[in-house]
This record gives sequence, structure tokens and C-alpha cells, in this order.
Amino acid sequence: MGFGTLELLTLQQYWWMIISLLGGLFVFIMFVQGGQTLMDKLSDSEIEKTMLINSIGRKWELGFTTLVLFGGALFAAFPLFYATSFGGAYWVWLAILFCFIIQAVSYEFRTKPNNFLGQKTYEMFLKINGNIGTFLLGVAISTFFSGSEFIVDSNNFVDWQNPLRGLESLLNPYNYLLGFALVYLAKISGALYFINNIDHHEIRQRAVLSIKTNMIFFLLSFLSFMTWILIKDGYAVDSEGFVSIERFKYFQNFIDMPIVLVMFLIGVAMVIIAVFVTVIFRKTCCIKTGGIGIVLTVMAVLLNVGLNNTAYYPSTVDLQSSLTIVNSSGSHYTLITMSYVSLMVPFVLAYITYAWYSMDKVKITKEEIQSPDSHNY
Amino acid sequence: MEEHLVDWSRAQFALTAMYHWIFVPLTLGLGFIVAIMESIYVKTNDEFWKKTTKFWMGLFAINFAIGVATGIIMEFEFGTNWANYSWFVGDIFGAPLAVEGILAFFMESTFFAVMFFGWDKVSKGFHLLSTWLVAVGSNLSALWILVANGWMQYPVGMTFNPDTVRNEMNNFWDVLFSPVAVSKFLHTIASGYVLASLFVIGISSWYLLKKRDILFAKRSIIIGSTFGLITSLFLILSGDESAHQVALKQPMKLAAMEGLYEGTTDAGIVAMGILNPKKTISNDEEPFLLEVTAPYALSLLGYHDIHAFVPGIKDLVYGNVEQGIISTQEKMQKGKLAVQALENYKEAKKAKNEDQLLQSKAVLDENMKYFGYGHIKKVEDVVPPVAISFYSFHIMVALGSWFTLLFTMVLFFATKRDILKYPLLLKAALWSIPLGYIASEAGWVVAEVGRQPWAIQDLMPVGIAATKIATTNVMISFFIFATLFTVLLIAEVKIMTKQIGLGSESKEH
Repeated sequence: MGFGTLELLTLQQYWWMIISLLGGLFVFIMFVQGGQTLMDKLSDSEIEKTMLINSIGRKWELGFTTLVLFGGALFAAFPLFYATSFGGAYWVWLAILFCFIIQAVSYEFRTKPNNFLGQKTYEMFLKINGNIGTFLLGVAISTFFSGSEFIVDSNNFVDWQNPLRGLESLLNPYNYLLGFALVYLAKISGALYFINNIDHHEIRQRAVLSIKTNMIFFLLSFLSFMTWILIKDGYAVDSEGFVSIERFKYFQNFIDMPIVLVMFLIGVAMVIIAVFVTVIFRKTCCIKTGGIGIVLTVMAVLLNVGLNNTAYYPSTVDLQSSLTIVNSSGSHYTLITMSYVSLMVPFVLAYITYAWYSMDKVKITKEEIQSPDSHNY
Repeated sequence: MEEHLVDWSRAQFALTAMYHWIFVPLTLGLGFIVAIMESIYVKTNDEFWKKTTKFWMGLFAINFAIGVATGIIMEFEFGTNWANYSWFVGDIFGAPLAVEGILAFFMESTFFAVMFFGWDKVSKGFHLLSTWLVAVGSNLSALWILVANGWMQYPVGMTFNPDTVRNEMNNFWDVLFSPVAVSKFLHTIASGYVLASLFVIGISSWYLLKKRDILFAKRSIIIGSTFGLITSLFLILSGDESAHQVALKQPMKLAAMEGLYEGTTDAGIVAMGILNPKKTISNDEEPFLLEVTAPYALSLLGYHDIHAFVPGIKDLVYGNVEQGIISTQEKMQKGKLAVQALENYKEAKKAKNEDQLLQSKAVLDENMKYFGYGHIKKVEDVVPPVAISFYSFHIMVALGSWFTLLFTMVLFFATKRDILKYPLLLKAALWSIPLGYIASEAGWVVAEVGRQPWAIQDLMPVGIAATKIATTNVMISFFIFATLFTVLLIAEVKIMTKQIGLGSESKEH
């Protein structure tokens, strides 16, 4: 039995799961962004800062690649979302892109001689990417729950109704909750990663302290976000594609999809356990537990908003323009073709894991960074 | 659409694409040159080759970072600036982009870290494999992007679905192995290899002119010119196939590339020429103020037959019954029928009128080939900018020929003579680096300007493809991008020149 025998709806659900998985992986890899925001707080000297930057700098391409893949997969699997959100919420996405462009060059250019903008500028770029880029991504994803102002016409062309072109999502305070939750989560995972990747007592100690503080802010914003979506009205879609408002829709989705609920609870528990074990028992390996927890949690939240007859990108000005995995997806043939390609994902994950393991089995030390032969950022 | 919106959207995409293309070709070629150098190191165990590899790898990394940064913009600009296009073709165009992410970009970025930081952490063999995989990965990335681009130039493997109002893929292999996509891929990566070879021999020549790092420069020059000579010959072959495909699939582009207004048999190619700026499609001015033509060459290049008829711009716009070419006016009428049939189809569907539904579908299917012409306002609009297409094409071809000659000479003098005694040749090699970039950019200008006004050949003009947005937004983002990219380019050039100035013995790499 191959993908060819699957019904269109099954393939749409399969691709929403892949998108959710990619979203989860992307948020996990945002430990790089979190780490960027911590580089001053966790270092006490230039060499310590360089150790931190080199630690996350060796992983930045993975985050970038996941973002590109996330975009490409959305483009192919749910092209109407791609057209609606990117074309409509123009300024939010461009702002996110600006934050990512400046990250890409910062690692390589930062300490190079004659670097024109100066080391501090590139470090500022990394902080902008880590704070604002992460926050804006959270806000953009939060519109999956709060909705946006767009109309899809009979040609499936999109007409955005707000002249602020996406910046209006910043006027909704509820969207800030996920924005802040992502920022603090990234900081926590960044600190967990440093503890695992850098063999330096002082840095590890400072990282533990930062986890304690950031965990409080994370829990506050994340729990507020979860409370908001669990009690808010959601956007249900019936078998004819008719969209309507339904009370406690996202709460109901968790009840209707117990696997997703369990995934969510396990994910959150793993993040909490990772933090607890790191802080109390001073273990250095908890980025793995925390990482899996993040992937599961984010995946569960995205599955919640996309599956169980839910409009994942609601229109607040024309309910029937809302996007669902059914009305926004690629064709049956394309989804089948891409599903075969998706079978490569385990191999890709395997070689990433192997390369990661090979590179990280020897931890970063001060001696390595000071070595004359090392290629440093 | 608001006035000027399309022009600004076009300008923004052109700006991003041209900046992106400053960095990508070097990545495509230098990756392989570095891999060859490291292979020699692993084979000989000679530390000299490790140092040489690390030097060129350092320059590769500086270039790679900014190439990635500009690349991500291009992917998302399809959505931000060309939202209508994104829906119309996302089903087909999105797939290669997704495959690129899964199969190529991850490979490139994963092994990039091993390549730079794994020297003393992984085995020599695994490190060498990583270097090769980075090179292969970046070229695979190019493959999928160019498959997508090839589809825009020659849309195949799909059907139009009136229910969803978009093109839907029905044959992935047709999309992947489209002759336009294949020739575009081969020609484009070859141009990257040539540019990287020019970069290596040019910088090595600078060292030789300065009488420093001599052994390093001489050995690098031999590798660079050997790689350059082989790939420049391949560039010529793939260029020939590319032109052949243009003649078959985009004859208007070929006519613009050659400034050919009146179609003719036994058509000659303009070896050198100055266009008459007063010439338009509707007047009888001579197309050229000055021209030197190689007889039969255009017929041969385009159709592999020295006597073949090559249609000119007028034939393609006004039609040529004798040659069986229908006029743009006729295509516009068919296009309008298709557009109207689609509207009728939607109405029939809403009214649940089966007869009208079938009738409209039949008209749509019959005229779908010309769907995009239904949105063209006047026949002259299908003519791309002739001067830009003509000069870009001729600059590209002339420089491409020069590069082949240069690689031959440099390889000969580097292996058979003492190249240090030929400063003129060394200077020529050095100054050919910017020429390589000019040729490379010119190639893209030919490909993209030459296909205007089409976002998708014959199916969707750029005016329909653009996002419906106030022009001011696009103008502002254009200037932000222009400033940011320019600042980053200056930063890169300054860092690059400094790194080169430090030489191969420096620890900064």
C-alpha cells in the first residue's frame, strides 16, 4: 500500500502533521535564538562570549534550514495559506525575514578583521534576531487562534482588509502571550544547550540561574496563552466547508483527540522535568529531554488548531474565507508525490543526529576556542 | 492593481535575485574546488594542501552566509509580493522548493558545520565526505530551484482545475525532466563553476603579481584553470542547448535576444551590434546602427539547421500565416474566451447548471493554452525589453568565450612556462573576476527580462501575479532591502579583500 491509495483528506491530515512536526522542530532549534539573547548574561569575558557564540553558531544553519523547509512545505502542501498569510500579513513576515537575514551573516562576519560594521553591531543583530524575530514568530503563529482580516475571492486571490498589513496583530494583546512564551522558551532551551555543549563551570552556573528566572516568565506567558485558547471561541468547519464559531473549540479538540492531549501533557512534563533535573541535580544532558518535550508540545498545539474540523487560519471579517486544511491544500497528486519525498525525512534526521553527535562528543572548551588552528565565529 | 505596483514588485524581486546571484555561483563552484583540494590533501597527507584548502574554505564561508541570507528572502517573496501567483502555481512550484529543503539544503547546512569545525573532531575521511556533501548539496539546491524556474519558463506536467482556479501537477517527472529545466540547470551550475574558477585564478594571480604565497598561488591556479577549462567547455555546450530550448519554447525571447524584428530563413547571428534606439515594432527604422553578423549561425543555434526559419518580433506579434504563426491578437481573443469561460464555469457551478458547466469547461480547455493572453491589454505588451535582452545576451556570450580562452592560456603558461613572467596574463586573470560576475548576472537578465511580461509563460502575466497591496508598502520594503543588501555586500567585500590580503599563511581563516 502506498500513498496513492490514501484519500485526499488523509493526505491533508498527514501533511498538517508534518507541518506541525516541522513547527515543533523549528521551535526546538530556536535554542540558537535563545542562546543569542543570553550571550552577555552568561559570559564574563570576551573569550567566554566567543565560546557561547561558537557553540550556537555551529547550529544556526539548522534553524535557518528548518524555516526554509517550513516555508517550502507550506507553499506546496497548503499554498492558499502561503498566499494569504505572506501576501496579506506583509509587514510581519518581512520583519521576521529582516531579523533572520541579519542573523545569517553575523556569525561569520562578527570577528573577521575589517568587518566594516564592527563586532558590536553583529552582536546586536544576533540579539535582534533572538528577541524580536522569535517574538514576532510567536505573534504570527498566535493569529492561528486570534484570526486575521482577509477575504478570499472566487479566484482564491486574497484581499487583506487592514492597511497595517499584519502589524495589526500587534494590537491584539492576546497575541503577545505566545510571542513572550516563545522568547522565554528559547532562552531556556538555549541555556540547556549551553550547559550540554560547553565544558565551562562558570558558564554552566550562570546558565542554571538564567533558567530559573526565565522559567517563571515562560510559565506565566505560556499558561496564560493556554488558558486563553482553551476558554476562547474557536472556528469550527462542517463537512460542507461551512465555518462557524464554536465555544471552547480548542478545549474540545483536546478532548476529541486524546492522543494530541497526551502528547501535549507529556511534552510539557518533559520540559518541566528537563528544567527541574538541570536546576536541582545539575545534570548536563537535559537539552535532549527538553528538546523532545518542546517538539511534542508545539506539535500538539498545531495539531489542535489544524485537525478535528477546525479552521486553522480564521478570517475575522469573512468567516467563510477562513482557511482549513481542506480548502487551502495542494492537489491530491501533489500531496501524494510530496508524501513519498517525506519518507526521506527520517534519513535526514539520522544524518543530522550523526553529524551532531560526531561534532559534540567533545565539548567546547576555552582551550579549543583559543587554539590558533580553530575556525572561530 | 494599483499603478506602478507591478513595476515595484518586479524591481524588488529583481533586486533580491540579482543580489542573491552575486553569492550563489561562487558557492556552487568553489565548493567543488575546495573538495578537490581537500581530496589531494587526504591522498598526499601534505599539510600544504590542508592549508590551501582552509584558505579557500574560509572565503567560501564568508560568501555562503550572505548567499543563504538573500536566498530565504527569495523563497518568501513569492508569498509576500506574488501572492496570486503563489496560489495559481503553488501546487507545482511549491513541491520543488519543499524537496529542495528536505533533500538538499539540510545536507548542505548539516555538513557545512562539520566542514568548518570538524577538522580535529571527526576522521579525515568523514571530513572529506562532508566537504563533498556540502558541494553536492549546494548544487542539488540549485537543481530544485531551477526546476521550479524552468517550469515558469515552460509550464508542463499539469492541468488547470477550474474548481480551485489553479494549475495542478499531474506528472512530477515531466516537471523534473522538462528539457528547459534540465538545460537551465546545467547551464546555470556551469556558469557557477566558471565564475569560481575565475575567482581562484584571479586571486592567485594577484598573489603572483605581488610575488607572495607563490607556491600556494601556482598550485591553486593549476586547479582553478583546469576546472575552469573543463567547465567552460561544458558551459558552451549547455548554452547551445539552452538557446535551442529558448528557440523552441520561447521564440519571443530569442527574437529579443537577437534584436530580430523580421523573421527570416538562413538567419545570421549578430556577433557585435549597436541597436537603433529609435526602432520600435511599429516603425520601419533599421534595427541596428551597426552590426557584424555571422551568417546562418542563428538558425543553427536555435534550430540546429542552418536554413531554419527564425521568427522575428513582428512575426510573433502580428502573425505569419506562411510559417503557421498565429498573431498575438488571435491569442488574446482565445485568452479572453478562456477567462470568460472560467467565469461562466463558476456561475454555472453556483447555479448547479450542469449543461452550462460542461460547455464552459469545454471552451476553457480548448483555449487554456492562451489563458494568460486574456489579461494582456495590447499586442505590443508581449514584447520584452529588446535592448536589455540583446545587450545582456551578447555580453554573456562574449565574456563566456573570453573565459574559455583565458583558462586555456593560464593553464598552458602555469604548466608549461613560468607564469610569473607573464604579468599581463596575470592582470587579465585578476580583472576577469568582475567580468565573471557581469557575465553571470547578464545570463539571468536574459532569462528573466527576456520572458516578460510573463510570470508563467503564456499563462499568467506579472500584472495578475502580484499581491494586491498599496504600492507604498512595496516601495518602502524595496528601499529597506536595497539598503540592507548593499550594506551587507560592502561588509562582505571588505572582509573578503582583507582575508585575501592576509594570505594563505594567516590563522584568520
